Amino acid sequence: MTLRFNGAEIPCPQGSTVLDALIEADQSVEYSCKNGICQTCVLRADRGAVPAESQVGIKDTLKALGYFLPCVCLPEGSLEISVPEDADLLGRARVVSKETLSPSVSRLVIEPATPLYYRAGQFLNLRRDDGLTRSYSLASVPHLDPHLEFHIKTLPGGEMSTWIRDDVSPGQPLEFGGPNGACFYLPEHPEQNLLLIGNGTGLAPLIGIARDALHSSHHGDVYLYHGSRHVAGIYLHEDLLELQTLFPNFHYVPCLSGDAPPQGYRAGRAEAVALGDFPDLTNWRIYLCGYPPMVNAAQRKCYLAGARMDDIHADPFELKELRSSPRD
Amino acid sequence: MADNLYEQLGGGPAIDAAVDIFYRKVLSNDAISGFFDSTDMEEQRAKQKSFLTMVFGGPSQYSGKDMRAAHAPLVEKGLNDSHFDAVAGHLQETLDELGVPADLAAKVMAIAAGTRDDVLNR
Repeated sequence: MTLRFNGAEIPCPQGSTVLDALIEADQSVEYSCKNGICQTCVLRADRGAVPAESQVGIKDTLKALGYFLPCVCLPEGSLEISVPEDADLLGRARVVSKETLSPSVSRLVIEPATPLYYRAGQFLNLRRDDGLTRSYSLASVPHLDPHLEFHIKTLPGGEMSTWIRDDVSPGQPLEFGGPNGACFYLPEHPEQNLLLIGNGTGLAPLIGIARDALHSSHHGDVYLYHGSRHVAGIYLHEDLLELQTLFPNFHYVPCLSGDAPPQGYRAGRAEAVALGDFPDLTNWRIYLCGYPPMVNAAQRKCYLAGARMDDIHADPFELKELRSSPRD
Repeated sequence: MADNLYEQLGGGPAIDAAVDIFYRKVLSNDAISGFFDSTDMEEQRAKQKSFLTMVFGGPSQYSGKDMRAAHAPLVEKGLNDSHFDAVAGHLQETLDELGVPADLAAKVMAIAAGTRDDVLNR
């Protein structure tokens, strides 16, 4: 068997794990337990099938992307593998439209030069021609929307977001890397209840995930809690109310942690309201997107409320710095 | 009848059943949860799983040296016998909840007790 890794052809003798073959060939790889437990050595199979034993303990969404543990992988055929971070090719796109969703959020729609295979909820790294690059979550759904959509929050001093708000117009060329990220919908358990919690533009991936699930005949309940301090931050209120009339199993709960809540809104932070409504999350699937302290705290609370770790998909938005690795 | 402890306890599936019960107990205990304040909960849970695999007599390659290195920063933050005892207590409760027979549970607790000096870097 042959392994293709970092451009090199590496022999993998019968009975040798992928990790041992890479170490034997002096490839620089991270590893620790060599027992399929710690997941330090995780790699991605871009071509070729990996045995199921090498994906035990890996999140379903990452399995679907080919992630596996080389330390317990006895390959049954040749494999082309990469370090997940390295799988970052640039594509070309043009801006189709831009509109204001709220005083601080713009909707940016772009069209890639060639069709992009992605999953709702993943993110792209958008790159300006001078190299300035930022990550933005996709708000569109591949099988429903013709273009790629993003919700861009204008940050004080944010170079990319200010440029998009002030200077970008239709026709503007952009480059992008990705798609990346493992926070997306899989249709495996259509009866499972879904809990989606996001604040700010954390709504972008969640609306994609919700629409993907609903249009994929998901029949468990889908609850979307969107949080903001102010009414203006609940920037897709009408669209989500309409989605609720189209799908009886979709429930939209806007939450305000600052302003006094008008009719139809709830008072409090989105994760606190959601956990108050559903203190027992056994068997639920959960998606958390947005401000990192909220996402991290909610992840812990959802786990303690009985959700399995593999069923909690967290996407903390780290600002300013380009993420060096896919968020999961 | 399986003759080693790990198989008698039920092997991998037993670890899977134990890890969430155990980790939830640890996270819920305010006296010790601060030491587990990692943003990467998945990595943390994987470590709990390695620990349980070891004390269940399973195929873990955690050495005393790894155990020392992993806990050294926590000892600097004040990790002491009382915290070790609290975690050991949660392990005992986990075994009780899973209905592990007393003789096997005692063996698990003995392996756990043997890690005390490494964990506390003494």
